[in-house]
Amino acid sequence: MALLRLDDVEVAYGDMVAVRGVSMTVGTGELVAIIGSNGAGKTTTLRAISGLLRPRRGRIEFDGARIDGLTSSDVVGRGIAHVPEGRQLFPTMSVLENLELGARTPAARAARDGTLKSVFDLFPRLGERRRQLAGSLSGGEQQMCAIGRALMALPRLLMLDEPSLGLAPVMVGAIFDNLARVNRDGTTVLLVEQNVLRALRLCHRAYVLENGTIALEGPRDRLLADEGIKRAYLGR
Amino acid sequence: MAEGLRAEQVRLPAPQGLILDPVLVVQAVVSGLLFGGVYSLMAIGLTLIFGVMRVVNFAHGDLMVWAMYLAWLGATRFGVDPYVGFVGAAAILFVAGFAIQRQLVDRIVDAPHEMQILLMLGVALVLENTALVAFGPEPQRVRTPLTQAALWLGPVFVDVGRLVTFAVAIALTLALSLFLYRSDIGRQMRAVADNGYGAQVIGTDVRRISALAFAVGAACVGAAGALVAPLLPFQPPTGLQLSVTSFNIVIIGGMGSLLGAFMGGLLVSVAESLGAVFLNPSMKELVSFALLVVILLVRPAGLFGRRAI
Ligand SMILES: Nc1ncnc2c1ncn2[C@@H]1O[C@H](COP(=O)(O)OP(=O)(O)O)[C@@H](O)[C@H]1O
Ligand SMILES: [Mg+2]
Repeated sequence: MALLRLDDVEVAYGDMVAVRGVSMTVGTGELVAIIGSNGAGKTTTLRAISGLLRPRRGRIEFDGARIDGLTSSDVVGRGIAHVPEGRQLFPTMSVLENLELGARTPAARAARDGTLKSVFDLFPRLGERRRQLAGSLSGGEQQMCAIGRALMALPRLLMLDEPSLGLAPVMVGAIFDNLARVNRDGTTVLLVEQNVLRALRLCHRAYVLENGTIALEGPRDRLLADEGIKRAYLGR
Repeated sequence: MAEGLRAEQVRLPAPQGLILDPVLVVQAVVSGLLFGGVYSLMAIGLTLIFGVMRVVNFAHGDLMVWAMYLAWLGATRFGVDPYVGFVGAAAILFVAGFAIQRQLVDRIVDAPHEMQILLMLGVALVLENTALVAFGPEPQRVRTPLTQAALWLGPVFVDVGRLVTFAVAIALTLALSLFLYRSDIGRQMRAVADNGYGAQVIGTDVRRISALAFAVGAACVGAAGALVAPLLPFQPPTGLQLSVTSFNIVIIGGMGSLLGAFMGGLLVSVAESLGAVFLNPSMKELVSFALLVVILLVRPAGLFGRRAI
């Protein structure tokens, strides 16, 4: 059974419909990517899943229960953590405080120190800079901190919105390697990316979003070989 | 301005014609510094509310005056010394602050500034006028044996009431910083103040944290009000004046900065005290506004502010 299911979801900002009739599933243990160009509706889709926006139509189910209409803190409580576009850290708080704040649910708080160790294990750089203010970190370190903060919630589904944005290629590689590891260790991942080639190489399956609707979907190898994708996104 | 408010900044009369007697300067600084603890506490309450909600609490001084009347009721009806009664005043203001946030402020957190200002001015008017109906227009003050006592440190005179007020205000400020930096709820308040959207994304119940922040801010100004009630005669319109002083301090210290509110409170109080001695007691507001202008010219974001707002 799918862990996450979107069924005919429509999200609008006022009268402007940003996502129309999107249906998708993410199975337990999968790493699924949503790719598409700027303004396609990727961020809007993630925000609707997180409870930060309310869909105008359709339903969103997580682990068999309906979650559209819940508040964002309830959605986090169900086990979905969101690494937002632009990281959205707490710049004047320390790295350690940023991470600890991510442990919002009672279960996550109880496991906090253990999770912290595994986050520092995943990102040793964060451990070295735990006392530093998050606002003083480099872009890549900030992205690690945002991912670490989401992992502190002990999510069953980790959603990331363009984690590669603004980072040097080496750093993008390091972060994507870590995502693969998080996924291998059992966390389901939904990854939004404009860096299409990297996202397709990393994922099991992907959805291509264009103008708020799903234009194409399929397993990674089929999309990597797709002529349309090569032309539109991979520049070949 | 109320007649009674001019008294008590410094009890020694300013000798005519004397320009800068060092003893008098030290006396004014000590006196102002000791009084400044309550200014700091009051301003910290305002800056906490502003920092978390980005809403300016125009009813801040009126909440403080209500706490003064609560201290007065406690002292006159129940014989509770205000240096004990401040705990009750803070608790009542905590509940009132929570209710005001939940019932009113929560509706306008995302509204344009002019709507927020209208609502908060309305709350201020209601508080001031209910105080007027309940307690009348006459200036009141709370009597406590401590304000009669004094210590002499060489030629400098220390009012024991002020000393106790200062000590309690500093202790409460320290307790508040421990709460904000060490407790989970306090950290969530700082997180919402730092990045409200980021806090929401990670699942913070921003509405609950905001209501608690308003409650804690109101409790701060409630404690400050009860603690200052023996030192400062008050009447319902005093609220507006205290609100203005609070804004002044918060802007001097830097909007949203707790350390700034703390240092700003002490600084403004010392400046007022010096102004009252060396210029004229009625000029103390002028002195603190002059300080505001100078600091904004030198540091537009305030002493500890990170950005100009
Ligand atoms: N807060 C907003 N208010 C109004 N329109 C928005 C808002 N956020 C995004 N949009 C619009 O919704 C559409 C989808 O945006 P978004 O989901 O951010 O796309 P993507 O993340 O794929 O770049 C775009 O046309 C964008 O201009
Ligand atoms: Mg986006």
